[in-house]
Amino acid sequence: MAKGTVLIEVERCKACGFCVEFCPTKVLALSTAFNSKGYHPPHVIAPEKCSGCDLCGMFCPDFAIFGHRDVPAASEINQ
Amino acid sequence: MNADPRGVLSGTHFLDGDHACCEGALAAGARFSAGYPITPSTEIVERFSSRIPTVGGTFIQMEDELAASIAIQGAVWGGAKAFTVTSGPGFSLMMEHIGYAVMTETPCVFIDVQRGGPSTGLPTLPAQSDMMQARWGSHGDYSLIALSPNSPQECFDLTITAFNLSERYRTPVMLMMDEVVGHMTEKVVIPEADKIEVEPRRHTKKSPAEFLPYEPAEDGVPEMVHAGEGFRFHVTGLTHDERGYPSMTPQTQDKLVRRLRSKIDGANRQIGLYEAEGLDDAEVVVVSYGITSRVAQRAIELARVRGIRVGKLRLITVWPFPEQLIRTLAKRVTAFVVPELNLGQVVLEIERSAGSHAHTISVPHAGGNVHRPEQILDAILEAAK
Amino acid sequence: MSVTTIAPPANPVERFLRTDRMPHIWCPGCGIGTTVNCFTRALIDAKIDLDHLAIVSGIGCSGRVAGYVRLDSFHTTHGRAIPFATGLKLANPKLQVVVYSGDGDLAAIGGNHLIHAARRNVDLKVICVNNLIYAMTGGQTAPTTPGQVVTSTNPYGTFDTSFNLPHLVEAAGAVYVARWTTYHVRQLSRAIAEIFQKPGFSFIEIISPCPTLYQRRNKMGDGLDTMKYYKEKSKVKNGAPTSEVGLDKQGEIIVGKFVDRARPDYRELMVNQMHESLGSRFIDPVAAECEEGEPQGCEEGLCS
Repeated sequence: MAKGTVLIEVERCKACGFCVEFCPTKVLALSTAFNSKGYHPPHVIAPEKCSGCDLCGMFCPDFAIFGHRDVPAASEINQ
Repeated sequence: MNADPRGVLSGTHFLDGDHACCEGALAAGARFSAGYPITPSTEIVERFSSRIPTVGGTFIQMEDELAASIAIQGAVWGGAKAFTVTSGPGFSLMMEHIGYAVMTETPCVFIDVQRGGPSTGLPTLPAQSDMMQARWGSHGDYSLIALSPNSPQECFDLTITAFNLSERYRTPVMLMMDEVVGHMTEKVVIPEADKIEVEPRRHTKKSPAEFLPYEPAEDGVPEMVHAGEGFRFHVTGLTHDERGYPSMTPQTQDKLVRRLRSKIDGANRQIGLYEAEGLDDAEVVVVSYGITSRVAQRAIELARVRGIRVGKLRLITVWPFPEQLIRTLAKRVTAFVVPELNLGQVVLEIERSAGSHAHTISVPHAGGNVHRPEQILDAILEAAK
Repeated sequence: MSVTTIAPPANPVERFLRTDRMPHIWCPGCGIGTTVNCFTRALIDAKIDLDHLAIVSGIGCSGRVAGYVRLDSFHTTHGRAIPFATGLKLANPKLQVVVYSGDGDLAAIGGNHLIHAARRNVDLKVICVNNLIYAMTGGQTAPTTPGQVVTSTNPYGTFDTSFNLPHLVEAAGAVYVARWTTYHVRQLSRAIAEIFQKPGFSFIEIISPCPTLYQRRNKMGDGLDTMKYYKEKSKVKNGAPTSEVGLDKQGEIIVGKFVDRARPDYRELMVNQMHESLGSRFIDPVAAECEEGEPQGCEEGLCS
């Protein structure tokens, strides 16, 4: 089960590919779709593998992606 | 508001112009200076470096004039009143940051104790040949303020005025001294602190949410904040909008540059300081500034003995230039006589303002010493023919 | 029953950006944005009080950082970020002052200021984004450009010797000197957090791609290829002698923390000297300000 989630702001992306290449668990791939500037932004291909480490967020020179660790629901904490 | 008494050396002193200038800066509230040594200006910061540790402030000797002229602006944005001093070769290096101070509207004072040029020129001898450089030396269109003292007392008084004007109009102000005034020793009276009027910084009272760093007040001058006050503001030498953000459009450029000019040119009447004598019935007017005005005084007296109606106009504020005043005078006098320690700089402005209404006679001098009164007298006699 | 609304998570860099100025001007694959991520993560980790932080940049691509971060920020003239920052820091010692600029700005036109600020040990945090070229103006040779590199002003290849910046600033007196690349995001972020705890002149060099004007002209691929090169050819050598960390066109990149030493900073030296020479006549400018009713300096113990 995924421990994290990655969020992408497609319109800021310039398709450098840093996030795809350096994601340690290979969650991402460049999409075939275009954003309005004509770049292929990344999309999530393996959401279950995301650890929420935010390396994608640290690499992204365009501030277009980041990862965060999922907060467990209150019920899970109680258990 | 009144001067901070810690910086005011009240009393009657025997000081040279350079030292008087330093006391003026301290009285005006300058608590930061950065400098690079250069003859004949260095005594100003030598005295400042000796005085400031017991007043509460900082002097730092920088690696060059480029550094000195921008370090003072960092200090201003950190909350201090600041100035630097130099002479011709250093003034040339400072041009970059005169432009930066104009563009970012950083209040600060540049003191140029003029010596002969071009280049290294005459390090220990006087000139007034940086006057046009003070006006136009940095690239781009702008207006600024330049004052010219002719005595150590005025070096003290006008340094305070320079700081006050820089704060009121948020502009760099040039104090255009010369080697003779800088090294001339005379009586200097420094009043009590409560008799010295000091212009406070135009600090905003708005909250960070309401504040726009380059939104002009009615007089065209924006309010200011300092780093570390929670405003998270941006300052740039690029053409910028009222938020302070770069904006590369002809519209922003037009609005900004016109405002930078008009806030100074439009206040010419408030900024202008002159000493006038015998203008009412004058046929010839001698226009001079700085050390040359003291020689001109003798020439005027000699001419009056010969029955010539000579008026005296001493420019204390040289920039912005008193165009309107000259234009008015030109309609009722025969000629202007303009002695300067250069080969004709400010005379060009007089010629332009007088137009065809009056003759303009330049009395040039390449620098190195001052005119002989007879040189100016001859020009007056020629003008009165 | 109570309902709690959970705000959606935001990109950690977001609150540090002037979002009304996005998108930024940097090219696809440029590393400057990556360095900004590391800088902002460091601000979070080091718990920096953003109201007492100022950032000063010079001119160039990296010089644009000041304009994009939502801090008190100054975009100064070319090469003069350091002397501006020196004045700012000395006039207001309560501020943490970061100089964020490029190699051309800091080491060429600003080279004199760089060495003198290091010599004085002014308390400045200098972050130098080194893309080995003048990028903003179109890829001219910089003093950092390694030999054999084709630039727009050395179309037949550079041949003059380049600066080894860590060696230069160590020799000039910096108390902290490190080099990372834009591939080393975690290490870089930690290094930036570390210099906030370090009084004196700190210098971090970040090797960063300029795919548009450096890599492309030299047939070295794009930004991603450059990042892969950094990953492959970088060698971490903490404490390496800086004389041995010079860069060449395609060789090894030595990264790590090279220098971490202590010596009193400019202000401390000044205050000590004045106390020694003037005794009780000396008025510390910070203390003078406190008397005027601004107690912040006292809280931080600057008056003592």
